[in-house]
Amino acid sequence: MPRVLLIEDDPSVREGVELGLRRRGHELRSVETGEEGLAALGEFLPDLVLLDLMLPGMNGVQVCRLIRETSQLPIIMLTARGDDFDVVVGLEAGADDYIVKPARTEVIEARIRAVLRRLAEPAGRGGIEFHGELAVDRAGLSVAKAGQRLLLAPSELKLLLHLSASPEQVFSRQQLLEYVWEHSYHGDARLVDACVRRLRQKIEDVAGSPRYIQTVRGFGYRFGPLA
Amino acid sequence: MKLFAARFGLRTRLIGAFLLVAAISVVTTATLTYREARSAILQQAQDTAVAQFRDRIAAQAVTLPVDPEQLRRTCQTLAGEGKPHTWFVFAEYGKTRVSSTDQPTSGVITPALRDAARGDVHGSFQRVVKNGKPWLTIGMPAVFDRGDGRQPTGLVLYAVMPLSSEEANVNAMVTAARDGALPALLIALVPALLAARSVLRPVRDLRRAAAGIGRGELDTRIEVKGSDELAELAWTFNESSTKLQESVEELQRAEARARRFASDVSHELRTPLAGMLAVTEVLDEDAAQLNADTAAAVRLISAETGKLATLVEDLMEISRFDAKAADLHLDEVDVAETIRKTLQGRHWEDRVRTELPDGIRAMLDPRRFDIVVANLVGNALRHGAQPVTVRLRTERRGAARWLVTEVADNGPGIDSAVLPHIFDRFYKADAARTRSAGSGLGLAITQENVRLHGGTVRAVNGPAGGAVLTVELPMEGQ
Repeated sequence: MPRVLLIEDDPSVREGVELGLRRRGHELRSVETGEEGLAALGEFLPDLVLLDLMLPGMNGVQVCRLIRETSQLPIIMLTARGDDFDVVVGLEAGADDYIVKPARTEVIEARIRAVLRRLAEPAGRGGIEFHGELAVDRAGLSVAKAGQRLLLAPSELKLLLHLSASPEQVFSRQQLLEYVWEHSYHGDARLVDACVRRLRQKIEDVAGSPRYIQTVRGFGYRFGPLA
Repeated sequence: MKLFAARFGLRTRLIGAFLLVAAISVVTTATLTYREARSAILQQAQDTAVAQFRDRIAAQAVTLPVDPEQLRRTCQTLAGEGKPHTWFVFAEYGKTRVSSTDQPTSGVITPALRDAARGDVHGSFQRVVKNGKPWLTIGMPAVFDRGDGRQPTGLVLYAVMPLSSEEANVNAMVTAARDGALPALLIALVPALLAARSVLRPVRDLRRAAAGIGRGELDTRIEVKGSDELAELAWTFNESSTKLQESVEELQRAEARARRFASDVSHELRTPLAGMLAVTEVLDEDAAQLNADTAAAVRLISAETGKLATLVEDLMEISRFDAKAADLHLDEVDVAETIRKTLQGRHWEDRVRTELPDGIRAMLDPRRFDIVVANLVGNALRHGAQPVTVRLRTERRGAARWLVTEVADNGPGIDSAVLPHIFDRFYKADAARTRSAGSGLGLAITQENVRLHGGTVRAVNGPAGGAVLTVELPMEGQ
């Protein structure tokens, strides 16, 4: 069972989520502030962070950025719907997904599982694929560009693996939400857009004129062609 | 009058009235002056002539019986004395006719004058117009006095005098009056225009200001000039619009307070709910091990917590619409696919018939469209009867293409008294009806979501019974 670090300042939410997830067998550590959370990373070694955006002192977005500087740890934001701007900022800061409060434990657990789940490997493929300067190792779950290994957050890696598995095929945002994030078809397409932006900054030569992840206006995204 | 008022503007009517009054004054003045002056001129001319003629005849000795030759000379003498007017003198005695001219008798002398002159010793006169020329004719009988009063001699002398110089004077007056009237009317036009302007400018200002108020520019005011009735009207207008503005602002403040309150309450409820909702499963799972009463209480709390969470979410959604904070995240989607996913997500595929043509793509906010379809179908499943049908089609209206989504059920339809209110918040068709699964905000949220897309939603009862709810959205987005 995954180890979850919960950073949440409100005691009732903290206790409720803690109680719910513990019963489902998760190992949980809950802290009140971002500073405590960052300190707990090293000794608790969580598999995933549940991060409230509204924190006293250092806020959730800052915590998210600091974690992303050194780690590919999956991060799920806890947010209140309507704090739309915070969601966008949180996603840009590198969060993989978000959960709107209030949420049932089963919803929270489903999101945790989805973020941690590895994409099903396409059958009959092995070894390392090369796409331009990108080297994609599906088994090893790593991507390198020009020999340099890239630090990709889980959602970025899953999106890249999914798109590059079917080069030149167009996926709509809704399809990507379903496949990569396991959200409903009608989920928040900003998840996809924010993730694509982050991914482009890491893999494209010029983020403004993307080569690997291309936008197909009115339809969605595709990988390549790399001509 | 109404037609007249409708056909012509205030300006035209004002100027018209002004000119009418001016014209009546001018014509009346001219007419009275003309009549007075004309009769004064003619009266004077004829009085002078009659007196003069009488004096001259009295000075003449006439012998009877009359000798025509002597009478002719008398006539010529009399004719020579006609001053300042020249007159022609005619004499009649029995059958004898002589005159100072080469004609023995005059065509201007009327039988009426002859009769009058014969019967009256003081003589008589008459103004005659012949061939367009005015004449004064005077008939004067020659009389003798034997101490018993004056007796006519039977000789009657007539003076015939042209009145052309007097006529010319009178005509000159008419011309002068006419020549004076037209400039007077033209001059009257100037104050008419000025008056119309001074009345119409405030009226125009007022109209503009009233239109401004109508457009919702409640800070519109009019400049108050002078202290006449129009200034009072402007002042009253300003007062009223100030009052109106104050009332509207107070109402808006009150409404904003109410909305903020609803939003704040929802926010405050959300945090404790987040804790409660996370542990409802614990309650549900362990309820079986508790005694019956405690288990029932625990399950009730669990179930109601879920409903409360939905209600709070819906309230917050409505608050965002009210605060105009709801964003539209448009994406081009396959509409049939989107609707199918909505039905799949809620496990409604078996209970809902669909007529969804493939290949329709539209600019929509998928999350909001999902809510719209889910609320309409959910409503139809709860309150109508199966089969529920979802139909999709497109319509072209002018340059724009519209997406029409129809949700029909097979129930008894919606009561016509209820129909206009089904999109109202918390509207319950039956006040005594128990709370249903919905929050009471579902259709209100549906309507807000449709409006956000620039579309419309309406509810009618179908011809075969059953309610039909139709959503129309612009396909290219707003």
